[in-house]
Amino acid sequence: MPDLTLDGRPLHVAAGTSVAAALALGGDGCSRTSVSGQRRAPLCGMGICQECRVSIDGRRRLACQTLCRDGMQVETRP
Amino acid sequence: MNEHANLLIIGAGPAGLSAALAAAPRAKRIVLLDDNPLPGGQIWRDGPQAKVPGQARRLREQVLACANVHWHSSTRVIANPAPNTLLLENAERGWQIDYDCVILCTGARELLLPFPGWTLPGVTGAGGLQALIKAGLPVRDQGIVIAGSGPLLLASAATAKSNGARVLRIAEQASPAAIASFAAQLPRWPHKLLQSISLFDRQYRSASHVLAALGRDRLEGVRLKQNGKVVEIACDRLACGFGLIPNIQLAQALGCAVERQAVAVDSWQATSQPCVYAAGECTGFGGSERALVEGAIAGHAAVGNRQAAQRLWHRRARWQGFANALNTAFALDPALKSLADSDTLVCRCEDVPYAALTGHSDWRQAKLASRCGMGACQGRICGAATEHLFGWQPSAPRPPFSPARIDTLLCLEHTRDA
Amino acid sequence: MSSTTAADVIVIGAGIIGAACAQSLAARGLRVLVLDAGLHGATAAGMGHLLVLDDNPAELALSQYSLQRWRELAPRLPEACAYRSNGTLWLAANAEEMAVAEHKFNVLQAQGVTCELVAGRAVRQREPALREGLEGGLLINDDGILYAPATAGWMLETTGIDQRRARVSAVEGNRVRLDSGQWLSAEAVVLANGIQAVDLCPELPIEPKKGHLLITDRYPGTVTHTLVELGYVTSAHNASGPSTACNIQPRPTGQLFIGASRQFGTTDPAVEGWMLARMLKRATEYMPDLANLNGIRAWTGFRAASPDGLPLVGRHPQQDGLWLAVGHEGLGVTTAPATADLLSAQLFDETPPLAACPYLPDRFLGALAHA
Repeated sequence: MPDLTLDGRPLHVAAGTSVAAALALGGDGCSRTSVSGQRRAPLCGMGICQECRVSIDGRRRLACQTLCRDGMQVETRP
Repeated sequence: MNEHANLLIIGAGPAGLSAALAAAPRAKRIVLLDDNPLPGGQIWRDGPQAKVPGQARRLREQVLACANVHWHSSTRVIANPAPNTLLLENAERGWQIDYDCVILCTGARELLLPFPGWTLPGVTGAGGLQALIKAGLPVRDQGIVIAGSGPLLLASAATAKSNGARVLRIAEQASPAAIASFAAQLPRWPHKLLQSISLFDRQYRSASHVLAALGRDRLEGVRLKQNGKVVEIACDRLACGFGLIPNIQLAQALGCAVERQAVAVDSWQATSQPCVYAAGECTGFGGSERALVEGAIAGHAAVGNRQAAQRLWHRRARWQGFANALNTAFALDPALKSLADSDTLVCRCEDVPYAALTGHSDWRQAKLASRCGMGACQGRICGAATEHLFGWQPSAPRPPFSPARIDTLLCLEHTRDA
Repeated sequence: MSSTTAADVIVIGAGIIGAACAQSLAARGLRVLVLDAGLHGATAAGMGHLLVLDDNPAELALSQYSLQRWRELAPRLPEACAYRSNGTLWLAANAEEMAVAEHKFNVLQAQGVTCELVAGRAVRQREPALREGLEGGLLINDDGILYAPATAGWMLETTGIDQRRARVSAVEGNRVRLDSGQWLSAEAVVLANGIQAVDLCPELPIEPKKGHLLITDRYPGTVTHTLVELGYVTSAHNASGPSTACNIQPRPTGQLFIGASRQFGTTDPAVEGWMLARMLKRATEYMPDLANLNGIRAWTGFRAASPDGLPLVGRHPQQDGLWLAVGHEGLGVTTAPATADLLSAQLFDETPPLAACPYLPDRFLGALAHA
């Protein structure tokens, strides 16, 4: 049962939960802000659309293809 | 840190798993990789809210139990720097793998077409919603509308319902006649008939499609055209997918011939390139049963067991018939080409509106002039959409095939051909 | 072989050079027909770096004048052209390169180019992402960037310009033959199609110089100036074998362009992993954290290089009615307005705004053989 940090807030999720799901469990579900300022959330769920890219432990990665791990630092982009 | 595989299998869905199992008795070192954290592909995606069928669990366990099968999770193919060599990346590192033979089981993705409001949070693909729910997305008590085309709509609805969502409407664009004719053929595949009955939902409507996603900062409702009438439904989520398109980029990069937007294969599942096989949805939409058979044929053929491969041909033919019936029934209504308004964003990475694309003669010209397709998805979403909308042919893939850390690309330094 | 009079001037090539020439001629009231084969040449592939270069006095004169012209154009450029005057910071890795920076500083300052020497640690105050231990740098304040395909497109919207997608298969003085077999003629034909120019005029001493580029995902605020290593002048510019140099340009989108590589003797447009990696490695030597950023696309392009590194601008000495604006190598975007001014002035038999002599095609093609 991983404990992670989402935008500075602690979050506890079930084992096997993706970071994409964690965005909705611990926040408003959004992952990024688009070029023209729209808030965006995961779209394709399968590693294609890149809408769900967030910063995970300092690197930009896809939330939908990353499982939550203990101590993980996730930051969505304002 | 480079690696060698006698047989490399890219994609661990039904086709890839089946290929690995078939090849295992005769192959020395098999490497199976997938960009997802767990094997199973889209259809057998595992997770805290997934119900993976027993058949899938058993296959997965059998494959991973083979001592000569090496499994790389969350691993992407980034480049093909030299013949029989690929550059790979996972969360930690990049490395190269060389192989004697490769089986491409790269699957399919959803065709996502732009319509007003489709960029609102709360709008996902149909298969996309299913995948997100399986991986833990909470949907309990949420009102969900599912729209688009194909059997995936019902499957997505079933996953949503079993996790506590209220499915308010399933809008299938195909005509009642097309669906009836497809249903009439289903007894030829009794297993599929059973599946369809179990998935059936009384909110299912044919000849219906999305017009717009409504809401300011996130989705609040959806406007549908339902049998010619416009209806609006308040909802929390809209899951919208217009069928599947094969992932052929890697095959194209390896020089494999493509026919009807899928990897072309012969009866051994061999592509036009020596030592490159392909199986499953990347060779054309056909469902998991066909993918399993194709994977097994490819696996046997790749290790020279042609007898075993040939014994499976009749099963493949049977499931190919199902695939053909499916593709005919769910052919897309031309009306879906006019969903976007002039200000609807077509390219979601660069926020390029529909109006910026009209008037261009091809993909490259439109891309240069508007930035459409220049973003992180590399045109996977908007390129497929504009191919459907305007008939534009996206450009051939170039490395990096997916966004990759520069650190990973540095691994290519010593790959110059002699 | 009858030919149709198509316009006052036919320009072959709708890249930044052809577009600038067409705009300049149309602004003088000429009817201009621009023919382009749709091959997407160096304008589509390049970085759009606007920079003063001073390898020799002629290059400095051309780039300095042209940059001034870009600054004059800037207020009229639509936002899609992404013009920014963000400056170039030349990086000195060692004392030898710092001496080059100081020399460059003196030369440029004497010519009135705004620039400043940045010593030692001050480099990281300007660009915190750079590694520690650089010797210093030279900041050229008025250098800039733009998005060349959109800029060429904007230039071609000028009244008086017609555009046609067509491949030219032959040029004879003031006449061109299209792929369709049709001949078109005009008062003058301007050849501005980069490396493809040799297909029509094999006598031109132009060689393709392949370059790779990579663009990252959006990381706003990582870099402010265009960062170029001073080794560029020696390692990349003058070498005959494959070479790389650190060249990092922040785009207004927050993305980073990473270059640069040079290869002769190839026309294969494929992205070559080894070359891409060498180029990226060079960039990470200056900016180590680049390694953790995601690259999203890589591509290649071909610079049209002349033997002395200067373009060929002026009349073709052996073909009456044919004018050349080719061979700009990596400086086509920078020097497009200057090229257009030089060419227009010569076409109209006026005194050009800067001495035309160093760029005349005669230096390679021999003396004028027609009146």
